[in-house]
Amino acid sequence: MREVNVALISEAIKEMCIEANCCLNEDIYSAIENAEKNEQSEIGKNILSQLIENAKLAKCKNKPICQDTGMAVVFIEVGQDVHLVGGSLTEAINEGVRRGYVDGYLRKSVVKDPLIRENTKDNTPAIIHYDIVEGDKIHIEVAPKGFGSENMSKVYMLKPADGVEGVKNAIIDCIKSAGPNPCPPMVVGVGIGGNFEMCAKLAKKALLRKVGSKSEKAHIAEIEEEIFKRANNLGIGPQGLGGNTTILGVNIESFATHIAGLPLAVNISCHVTRHSERYI
Amino acid sequence: MEIVLNTPITREKARELKAGDIVKINGVIYTARDAAHKRMLENLEKGIDLPFDIKNQTIYFAGPSPAKEGEVIGSVGPTTSYRMDKYSPKTIELGLTCMIGKGSRDVLVIEAMKKYGAVYIGAVGGAGALLSTCVKSCEVIAYNDLGSEAIHKLEVENFPGIVIIDSEGNNLYETEVQKYRK
Repeated sequence: MREVNVALISEAIKEMCIEANCCLNEDIYSAIENAEKNEQSEIGKNILSQLIENAKLAKCKNKPICQDTGMAVVFIEVGQDVHLVGGSLTEAINEGVRRGYVDGYLRKSVVKDPLIRENTKDNTPAIIHYDIVEGDKIHIEVAPKGFGSENMSKVYMLKPADGVEGVKNAIIDCIKSAGPNPCPPMVVGVGIGGNFEMCAKLAKKALLRKVGSKSEKAHIAEIEEEIFKRANNLGIGPQGLGGNTTILGVNIESFATHIAGLPLAVNISCHVTRHSERYI
Repeated sequence: MEIVLNTPITREKARELKAGDIVKINGVIYTARDAAHKRMLENLEKGIDLPFDIKNQTIYFAGPSPAKEGEVIGSVGPTTSYRMDKYSPKTIELGLTCMIGKGSRDVLVIEAMKKYGAVYIGAVGGAGALLSTCVKSCEVIAYNDLGSEAIHKLEVENFPGIVIIDSEGNNLYETEVQKYRK
């Protein structure tokens, strides 16, 4: 049994919130650079070059890439041979978020109640997904997510008869209806299978994978490849002002499901898809 | 065509702007997003005036991140405009001539823009750090309790935008996307 003080987790999460919001991940940055070279629309090309300039400026000044520094999403895998000491894990995670958003000058975008809508002023609570895994390590992934793109996401409860074509068409339908709203070029996370809530969680988790990476499952990788081409033929382009760069990448995760169902979730993300990862 | 656009913008001036025009905005603009719009229009129904004279003014749909010591403002890119669709026909009727945001607008907003003479300008979403360099001063003038959603009076210089929907209803999202659809 390895003892870990939860204060270490708070500190890590604080740093990860700031890092994820101010330093665009290398995979996304390279994808924008490549897109800028290949973009056919002059307006689109200009927008992509502004995004590159913006990312450089944000990193250099340690300033948020986008003012919407999101709601903090935390995926935490705790090894079953870890003994956590020093207080509650949930409170430690929220303390990390609180300090990251306050000390890091990140925007506080969370309201305590969805209907009363009073700002919590420290961006807590985070959305936390816990998992117990083998071993004595803790794996933390922090993915602050803005809501311009989150609002464009959808869950489809498809029928088994809809099959792979139904899945592909629904993903394209979701990207098309998002249009200019989620700050294209988008990154698209997809979850197929599981049940109602599981497919949504898979879609979110898919966004943690690097853009340009392929699913290890051959039949899923084929869908990713086709969606990438079809989405970029929609014409939406950077900021929805036309072009051949509508998405930077699409990642799909899948899971077992019920004989009666084919759940599908599409989690739309923007060109500021944030992700920071650490092991403790 | 690249145009230097000085605020305030009269209805006549707004009508001169055409979808596709590249603009550099100078002068005072006001930030307002979901909560500020809701409060402004609810107050108006109670007979309370808007916190600023909206005639010929520009509203930037935005909520900045906090400024660090020595900074004028944090990052300040546009938020998605359709969430203000419920309120914009009224603000346009009251005298608003220019909105800066990103994303599509409802037909009722576009009808009001045509009827009264107003323009919708797109700023690059997700370029908040870069756009913040165009902000020369920033002052919260109302609804301080709303934090980032408070109304900020900004003075901007060479703030870059592109006219997306003009006062005739021409819509760049529709015309440009068609050119690249395969």
